[in-house]
Amino acid sequence: MTQNPVLEFDRLVIAQTSGGKSILNDISLSVAKGEVLALIGESGSGKTSLALSALGRIRPGLMVRHGNVRLAGLDMIRATEQELRHRRGKSISYIAQSAAMSFNQRMRLDRQVTEPAAVHGAMPAMAAIKRAHALYASLGLPDPGQIGARFPHEVSGGQLQRFMIAMGLLLDPDLVVCDEPTSALDVTTQIEVLRALKTGIRENGTAALFVSHDLAVVAQVADRIAVLKRGDLIECASTTEILENPQHDYTRELIRACQRWPVTARDLVAKKPPAAAEGAIEARGIVAGYGSVTNNKPKIEILKGVSLNVARGRVVAIIGESGSGKSTLARVIAGLHAPAAGTITLSGKTLADRGSGRTRDEMRRIQMVFQSADTALNAKHSVGRILGRVLDFFGDKSPGRIAELLEMVNLPAEYARRKPSQLSGGEKQRVNLARALAARPEVLICDEITSALDTVVAASIIRLVEDLRDRLDLAILFISHDMATVAALADQVVVLKQGVVVENGAAPDVLLRPQADYTRLLLGSVPELRIGWLEDTAPGAPAL
Amino acid sequence: MTTKPDLAPLPRQRPSLTLWFSFGVLGAFVFIAVFSPWLVPFDPTEFVTDLPFQAGNGASILGSDYLGRDLFSRLIAGTSLTLLMGLGATLLAHLVGDTLGMLVALRGGWLDVVLCRIVDVALSLPKIIVGLVVVAALGSSITTLVVVTGLIYSASVFRVARALGRDLVGQDFMRVARMRGEGPVWLLFGEMLPHVVRPLAADFAIRMSFAILFMSSLSFLGLGVQPPLADWGALVRENLQGLGGGSLAPIYPALAIALVSIALNLFVDVLGERNDAAELSK
Repeated sequence: MTQNPVLEFDRLVIAQTSGGKSILNDISLSVAKGEVLALIGESGSGKTSLALSALGRIRPGLMVRHGNVRLAGLDMIRATEQELRHRRGKSISYIAQSAAMSFNQRMRLDRQVTEPAAVHGAMPAMAAIKRAHALYASLGLPDPGQIGARFPHEVSGGQLQRFMIAMGLLLDPDLVVCDEPTSALDVTTQIEVLRALKTGIRENGTAALFVSHDLAVVAQVADRIAVLKRGDLIECASTTEILENPQHDYTRELIRACQRWPVTARDLVAKKPPAAAEGAIEARGIVAGYGSVTNNKPKIEILKGVSLNVARGRVVAIIGESGSGKSTLARVIAGLHAPAAGTITLSGKTLADRGSGRTRDEMRRIQMVFQSADTALNAKHSVGRILGRVLDFFGDKSPGRIAELLEMVNLPAEYARRKPSQLSGGEKQRVNLARALAARPEVLICDEITSALDTVVAASIIRLVEDLRDRLDLAILFISHDMATVAALADQVVVLKQGVVVENGAAPDVLLRPQADYTRLLLGSVPELRIGWLEDTAPGAPAL
Repeated sequence: MTTKPDLAPLPRQRPSLTLWFSFGVLGAFVFIAVFSPWLVPFDPTEFVTDLPFQAGNGASILGSDYLGRDLFSRLIAGTSLTLLMGLGATLLAHLVGDTLGMLVALRGGWLDVVLCRIVDVALSLPKIIVGLVVVAALGSSITTLVVVTGLIYSASVFRVARALGRDLVGQDFMRVARMRGEGPVWLLFGEMLPHVVRPLAADFAIRMSFAILFMSSLSFLGLGVQPPLADWGALVRENLQGLGGGSLAPIYPALAIALVSIALNLFVDVLGERNDAAELSK
């Protein structure tokens, strides 16, 4: 492994310039020619800082306090800006998480993809275009000879991500750094991009540094996996070795969190059957969207007549890809977005379309938890103030209620004095849950509450929600694009596609015996923690 | 793991010279403004000599002005007037601008459209011309000056406050509060205000330097503070004729104006850097 590594981290220590707190602690790793090394860890583990240091990029506010990073012999830390510029794009390239933000919307794709060639003068323009078109073909882009003439907004998100891969591979670099290249994509798109990326790297014999928080994704592409936690390298071994014989507790925990998928009948025995009684909250024929409304139809229709109901003590999950209307439905039920047609009823009573038309008590009985724990908490208020305001607002004067709420979400009572910035991501989401519970709701809407969290933390939040459902007899509408989470929590599953319900049934039925083709495609696209899963899944029609 | 690696030393945190300079200058001027009655060597309205534009000497440090009064005493007496007028105008600008800007950011709708167009018109007119016309029409008094300057600058403050507010309104914590059914009072003061205090404080400092410059310009043009009172702008104007004779009398008040503006600007710069650093270390 160590003969002539392409990239070598040698006892690297990166720390904050003020205070000197180390965010990477004595990291030694190397990547051999043609090898794919994955860096896996939760947010704050330092994986992105480590990957960026391979490009000679140290974020402002950070400094290298020890060691170095060598790319094909060149010390990337002490290299001059000119030397770095000479390497970047040519011997090392970067594939970012968001392709949409990485492309100039006003330039044709061919021109942007071949830009590295023009910048480095490495290839004549015609040769570069030819090479780009060959890459498009191997990355599975349709009509490779023509598609590059389009602008970024004229291709889909998954296609754009593949254009970025083509740009990264254009000059046949020694190493590509991929920073969560599929995390922002839907599952059905992720699988295509993953396949393209793997083909691209393999065909060109390129070494890669693959940063991800998703072990199941990493298992499909990496030769070796390095596990990082809070700046320490916990362990590093071949993918098989890590999956079959993990040495460290943290690694085992990560694997356990990923093994929730695929689900088996045994995992779903505890599911409650759909309730016979009428739902606590019911949506009937909801049509909603944006723009002027004519004939009960908005100009841009997001929801096209959606009906569902959630009974108390049950979790109903809504799954679907971005653009399916999941979040719009949540906003309609919460009274944040007025529907063009349809009604919402709470325990049999029809609610006003807008929140302003609902009584304070009706508002209290429906609470919502948002995706981003960070922005849903006012950073300037303490946890005690955030919870206290809800109690004051709804006139709840029970003594010790704040401590009781914190206890309910498994946080110590002294957290009431903390500001959100002093909490971890998981703790913030617990405070968000506590804030919703402070209103003593009957209906809880959870909008992608685990998708910004790391696998292990997300698993603990799921257990908490499950516990709360039973303790407080809540009707929970759980919106998610993560099938493993849904499988763990939902009693009933509603599959939404472009504003239409394509399937609605008890969780075991939908997850194990899906009826709609779309549900099958969705479920089959979720990566499994198994080497070779990507190859076993035929393109276009993933098997169940 | 073998031995612990030897870590390179951290860069030393240097005390910010800019901060000390701006603090020092502003502190000194505030001190002068507060204690001016005890600091003046002569009565600022009494004649100390029969001769105008005398060079400085032991007793009269900066010499005499165009009528033979002590320039140093007049400069000191003008400090509190200049700073208080600047402060008053800026307070008014922020009171009006912040309230309306944040309210409009929160409410949106027709009120937003109407106020924004009015502000667009106000911003498209040259400030000094508007000031001249209004002050000339109403007659110059200190109250008029402060109110007119405050209202003129409230248009720019409105823009800043509205932009800051708009950034906040879309955030999830605002949605959460609205979902609970919170009214505008809590939304504005409970949720939004704590986020905008620091940027608005920075705007306050820089806006105050603009207000001082603006009112000095009006005074210089003769429409500002009327004799025998004098702010720094008026001191520049009344002593201007001395410049031909080689007197430095108009230069000193001009320097004072420049010094306060620079100090306020530097103060805002340092504040901004601190904010960025705080954001980064999160």
